[in-house]
Amino acid sequence: MILFTEDQARAILTKVVAMSKADECLAGLTGSINGNVRFALNNISTSGVVSDASLAVQVAFGKRSGVATVNQFDDASLERCVRRAEDLARLAPENPEFMPALPKQVYRETPTFSAATAAITPEFRAKVAADSIGPCRASKMTAAGFLQDSQGFEAFANSKGNWGYQRSTDFQYTCTVRTDDARGSGWVGFNALEPSDFSAEREIQTAIRKAGASSEAEAIEPGKYTVILEPVAAAGLIGFMFNFFDARQADEGRSFLSKKGGGNKIGEQVFGPQVNIYSDPWDKVGAVVPWDGDGRPRARMDIVKNGKVAALDYSRYWAQKQGKAAPGSPGNVIMMGGTKSTAELIRSTERGILVSRTWYIRLVDPQTVLLTGLTRDGTFYIENGVIKYPIKNLRFNESPVIMLNNIEELGRTVRVPPDEAPVPIMVPAMKLRDFTFTSLSDAV
Amino acid sequence: MLRREFIAGGVGLGGLLLTTFPGRAIAAEELVSTLDVALKKRLADAAMGAARDAGARYCDVRIGRYLRQFVTTRDTHVENVVNTESTGVGIRVIAGGAWGFAATNDLSTDGVATAARQAVAIAKANAKNQTEPVQLAPTPGVGEVAWRAPIVKNAMEVPVKEKVDLLLSVNAAALAAGANFVNSVIFAVNEQKYFASTDGSYIDQDVHRIWAPFNVTVVDKATGKFRSRDGLSSPCGRGYEYLDGKASDKVVLPGGATVYRNSYDMKEDAIAAAQQARAKLKAPSVKPGRYDLVLDPTNMWLTIHELIGHATELDRVLGYEANYAGTSFATRDKRDAHFQYGSPIVNVVADKLQPGSLGGVGYDDEGVKTKRWDLIRDGKLVDYQSIRDQAHILGKTASDGCCYADNWASVQFQRMANVSLEPGKAETTPADMIAGVENGIYIIGDGSFSIDQQRYNAQFGGELFFEIKNGKVTQQIEDVAYQIRTPEFWNACVGICGPADYRLGGSFFDGKGQPPQVSAVSHGSSTARFNGINVINTARALG
Repeated sequence: MILFTEDQARAILTKVVAMSKADECLAGLTGSINGNVRFALNNISTSGVVSDASLAVQVAFGKRSGVATVNQFDDASLERCVRRAEDLARLAPENPEFMPALPKQVYRETPTFSAATAAITPEFRAKVAADSIGPCRASKMTAAGFLQDSQGFEAFANSKGNWGYQRSTDFQYTCTVRTDDARGSGWVGFNALEPSDFSAEREIQTAIRKAGASSEAEAIEPGKYTVILEPVAAAGLIGFMFNFFDARQADEGRSFLSKKGGGNKIGEQVFGPQVNIYSDPWDKVGAVVPWDGDGRPRARMDIVKNGKVAALDYSRYWAQKQGKAAPGSPGNVIMMGGTKSTAELIRSTERGILVSRTWYIRLVDPQTVLLTGLTRDGTFYIENGVIKYPIKNLRFNESPVIMLNNIEELGRTVRVPPDEAPVPIMVPAMKLRDFTFTSLSDAV
Repeated sequence: MLRREFIAGGVGLGGLLLTTFPGRAIAAEELVSTLDVALKKRLADAAMGAARDAGARYCDVRIGRYLRQFVTTRDTHVENVVNTESTGVGIRVIAGGAWGFAATNDLSTDGVATAARQAVAIAKANAKNQTEPVQLAPTPGVGEVAWRAPIVKNAMEVPVKEKVDLLLSVNAAALAAGANFVNSVIFAVNEQKYFASTDGSYIDQDVHRIWAPFNVTVVDKATGKFRSRDGLSSPCGRGYEYLDGKASDKVVLPGGATVYRNSYDMKEDAIAAAQQARAKLKAPSVKPGRYDLVLDPTNMWLTIHELIGHATELDRVLGYEANYAGTSFATRDKRDAHFQYGSPIVNVVADKLQPGSLGGVGYDDEGVKTKRWDLIRDGKLVDYQSIRDQAHILGKTASDGCCYADNWASVQFQRMANVSLEPGKAETTPADMIAGVENGIYIIGDGSFSIDQQRYNAQFGGELFFEIKNGKVTQQIEDVAYQIRTPEFWNACVGICGPADYRLGGSFFDGKGQPPQVSAVSHGSSTARFNGINVINTARALG
């Protein structure tokens, strides 16, 4: 059994919690079916389906806790799992940061499930591959791509009566297209809520167009430039920054959101006034489950308002220690934008660089969130409102904090395609001044 | 590409702290049991029989028990102790000229036979669209053999309490030496792998790995400056004896930093980390420009990994990883033209043999006996890393033996072997090398890393940076990163220290494939010198 209904999950979890002799018990049940098709060199290379279900039981005696998991759900296996967790808990050291289980919470369901996505077949996946590969072959180009679709559920219960159950689906497509002479490369990515939103035949044209347009790239001198970052390019850097929105880290003095002399920068103007970032589990385009990893309910919350830091992420322990409220940790990131399309942003640019994608982004200095990475798959020089020619890729060393203080203009917010981002991110295309490119790359 | 995060504790669900690794959590005592070899052979024979009956011309079976233990601590307390096990069978077949794969956690003869038949059905379905049949380089059947990692102490047999006590004493020492915060972890892995194939092999292997990383942070509240130093140990293919910290395994480098060979004194390193992190708060910021770099093996390993290890993986060269990990500039025409990848003193070898290495094993996950082979000789590109179904592309008649799957449920494919820079022939020491440098920077430990999709442009940081002026280490400096283009960098290699300085570095988490798989790999080298390298200053001001 992989995908349990709410009633089936409730039956198992209430049984498990009742079995426990510990002071408290939490039980979680998850199951998922993930299908994929991978293609390269204009041929399907691998395809498969992986399914998994697992029960985890965590018990506590005072401040000592232990966790055990099992993937069989007969009564004997459930009992063995509970006893194993209890044995581990008795042996565990006391955790001074132990937090007791939450009492019953109220969660409002979020739109994370699509029946059509759950019904995707191997034939559908093979067709997506074929619809991607065909046009590339016809254009003397080579496709390498990946479609991954999944359906699953998560459920949890505890000895204080808390309960949650929700199903989710996901659909992620990416494809890299290279010209046969290896001089051009384009990329496209797409998150679909419903499979009917997605057309491989349509999306592949973006990658084909960019692969063609990026050939014959010219070298330009690295330095500071006005850039237009397409949404996925901007998300690569901005998403990274949210690793450092942790309240404890800031209060301890070891993040860019720490204040000199102590405390954190909540309420301070850290970004330009155009920057408004919030989280909303019910967002139609990037919904996430209505609870965080601790079981706290999520709500719409401001993270940055008019450039001022509105909220940091508090663990339950740290919130208690600091005497602060502890709302559920955000599960997605939404940055508000303007009304312009990327083409309109280009038209109003005298001199600048259009960046399609940023890649291999790594942290250089946590003091300033300095990141390094490279452009790829379509980097173009803009002059007097038009794209003049493709340019060779460039390495940047830039901080998203500095970037978001150098905003010239914001485009329309969209959900960005999957590209190393662990959570749904919705950002606009953005025109920024003084973006720092530090060296040229010969990579196509 | 190296994964950028290491989540030791795991993700939460409704308050549960789950592991991010597959498998069920088990008690520590269960980590020392093994599956009976006779049972494994019975299951393998059942799978291969069913595959043959269904029409497969080749079949291999991997029965794996993958055990992991993490003990994570922070400052004065334990954050989590997790033991996981993942056991199952992965079956690969060739039918109709195409690959098929299926896996199951049902360890019964019926269960594996069903999975074998599923694999054949998938192969036959894939065969319909196949444009070229699979060509498998031959490998001899070896009968029933066993290989055990040459460890002294099985880390899984060491009580959790002993590990907790060690980590908390390491943390206490760091805090007493001036650290404001410290995280330390012991991560132990045991892969109990059984491989059988219709070539006539039944190979039972026991692989062990261990990693004991830490991070120390110091904060200057008045200025708001904070600095960190990671531990200078490497993950390795050893048992718990790695943490014995023998005096004979310590190396004191010019400038005073201590690094470690075959065993590690974690407490000593944590104390040094606290002191050096404090020094980083006051160290002068580097003047950007061209310098002669002297790179310790604790920094070299990552540079070798990114610029040579990845660039010579054949499937990247061919384009199979274009949508995830990237391609390679080291195309086959360059090999045919004897491309000068590095200076004539640069010799780079691949292997899955080095004792104590992460990639060392008796046979790879296709039953090929492991070996050592040249990738770069006298600076010229001579070969790549390839497996059984790729060897013919290079005109070779045998696999290099670097096929690996990270789990019984993952398909085995080409993964990086250990890739190492041979030491210089003369017994030059780091002190000798530094004495010859007028204007240089000495870099110890690895830091940030970022490389383009063809492995041309790269930028690397480090843990400790020392200025070299007129043959002497003068002072610790900060904010250093070096930016290079691969062939120019290796052609700027003017010196490599001797065999006595050779040390292994490595990673637990190299990522490749979609869906992604991880692999652990080591890289050995001696201290090496590179002239005229571009160094940038990474300091910035916010607001």
